[in-house]
Amino acid sequence: MEEINSLMQGFSVALTPYNVGLMLVGVILGVLIGVLPGLGGANGVAILLPLTFSMNPTSAIIMLSCIYWGALFGGAITSILFNIPGEPWSVATTFDGYPMAQNGRAGEALTAAFTSSFIGALVAVLMITFTAPLVARFALKFGPPEYFSVYLLTFCSFVGMSKGSPFKTIAAMMLGFALAAVGLDTVTGQLRLTFGYTPMLKGFDFLIAVIGLFGIGEILLTIEEGLAFKGAEAKIKMRVVIDTWKQLPKYWKTSLRSSAIGCWMGITPGGATPASFMGYGVAKSMSPNGANFGKGEMEGVVAPETAAHAAGTAALLPMLTLGIPGSPTAAVLLGGLLIWGLQPGPLLFQEQKEFVWGLIASMYLGNIAGLIVVLTTVPFFAAILRIPFSIVAPVILVICAIGAYTVHGSMFDVWLMVGFGVVGYVFKKLDYPLAPLVLALVLGDRAEDAFRQSMLMSQGDMSIFFANGLVGGITALAMLMLFWAPLKGVIAKLRGR
Amino acid sequence: MDTTEEKSAASVKIVDAITAIVIFLIGSLVMWDSIRLGAKWGSDGPEAGYFPFYIGLILCLASVVNFIAALRVRSGESFVSVSSMKMILSVMIPTVIYVGLIGGVGPVPALGIYVASAIFITVFMKWLGKYAWPITVAVSVGVPVVFFMLFEIWFKVPLPKGPLEAALGLA
Repeated sequence: MEEINSLMQGFSVALTPYNVGLMLVGVILGVLIGVLPGLGGANGVAILLPLTFSMNPTSAIIMLSCIYWGALFGGAITSILFNIPGEPWSVATTFDGYPMAQNGRAGEALTAAFTSSFIGALVAVLMITFTAPLVARFALKFGPPEYFSVYLLTFCSFVGMSKGSPFKTIAAMMLGFALAAVGLDTVTGQLRLTFGYTPMLKGFDFLIAVIGLFGIGEILLTIEEGLAFKGAEAKIKMRVVIDTWKQLPKYWKTSLRSSAIGCWMGITPGGATPASFMGYGVAKSMSPNGANFGKGEMEGVVAPETAAHAAGTAALLPMLTLGIPGSPTAAVLLGGLLIWGLQPGPLLFQEQKEFVWGLIASMYLGNIAGLIVVLTTVPFFAAILRIPFSIVAPVILVICAIGAYTVHGSMFDVWLMVGFGVVGYVFKKLDYPLAPLVLALVLGDRAEDAFRQSMLMSQGDMSIFFANGLVGGITALAMLMLFWAPLKGVIAKLRGR
Repeated sequence: MDTTEEKSAASVKIVDAITAIVIFLIGSLVMWDSIRLGAKWGSDGPEAGYFPFYIGLILCLASVVNFIAALRVRSGESFVSVSSMKMILSVMIPTVIYVGLIGGVGPVPALGIYVASAIFITVFMKWLGKYAWPITVAVSVGVPVVFFMLFEIWFKVPLPKGPLEAALGLA
């Protein structure tokens, strides 16, 4: 069991007092980010990323990934107590969590949510521990055509899995690719899409886009809703926790289903948000208590939380092994790796063993730390939510401006962030998905490189993407995902006949 | 949450259609620039505009579909009501001035991020929140001071500073 050995080594890396301290700081910051409107996993990590430039990469990623776990936990607090999803992936948690809180069962709902999140994450981390090295070993054989077909699969999955119009998904994604193309073309040395304007030379940094799209855009949406926080009282007594834990094992089937859905949706870049809805939907249709869903059924909290957390965690598997992030937050973490001078991808598992296994070990520890922190500090975070929005909003806007400035120390970026904020607001309201835009912006250059190299190998012949079983299989799967929506319609019709 | 009596500033249909047109224009711009750079097969492989050209093309095609879909919507659903629009502008305008004050643009002087933040939070709390002066000052001075300690002293990340920091000998 090579993995166990490596993992134990990872624990010895992660378990230094300094790293454990960073874990706790990360989780607390993360819950705070998850609770506050306008700050979420992706932009929260993006804003804090520049602070880690001088840290050693292992400690930095431990802290940043713990922020991510914290944000995943934190989203549930606002959903259950205030019926306001702090994060998009906790929307489904409001369906049963808020009714439970209204019936005076807030403590139970919170305990169920946190515990399910923890279990979802645990399943996903176990999956990562044992499959990541295999995937990495397998991916070592990948050449440019294989990589391009994987990118293709990533982006086609977005189209196939999109809830709204697939054409809006495509438009958002292509906009991301177009933004990624701006600046100096590294292969030919030519300037693309700069129109003679110097600040455009370095192109658009996706961290700025993330801070603007998710941060400023979210604030504008929140302001429009004219938020008045009126929430249930939050206090978790130890007795309630233990009573709830006694009840949870009977939902093992739901947990297992949601974990599986979450892992799958995290690896294919569906992400935590669709996973939580799918987890909820499947549980509703398969559970004997399905009819009570929406009225305050604990199972209705367990299902989406498990799936969301599993998906959020599983999104790190393709990020680490292939260098392809499964979610915007994973994309930000990937950006961090590049800044610290680490090349994500299969070689990471051979060349940076300490880093990879330190990170994986910290996923176990970070989630345990997260569970303890959220169970003990809920009243504190609920109190933060009672701070009026007219105080919180300007402070968050200041934080976003500082975050955007620190990425490159450039004022132009701060202006860009404001622009992206307006775009984010309009896109959110028109159902243009933001995740594909961000991922395309992150992966654009590398997808293009893979495409160009493949084209060079084949002298411009597209059939290289079907040249052998592996690349052909992935490309075919990508096409299947791309045309998933119309295909599903055809299948349904054939069945109906 | 918005009632039917609330006046709409713009319908979803119109904003959706305009967005599709803007994206179409961006797509055409990308294609035009790619052709300028060469979007064909050069002597040493694909030219610089080869990949972006197709990106622009797909962008245009997708926005045509989105435009038609937007026009086919019949309901006059509101994109944003007049009162919400006012709220949004009352946040956006101070934000734009705030960013201007950080680095200075045209007639706006550069005050640095800390002083600009203090002014921004004060305006926001006084104007939109209608708070009493003591709490407003406490937050608007306290927050920049905390950030100053955090960034300049603890993490040693320099942020834009202005005349006040220079006068205090902190810049």
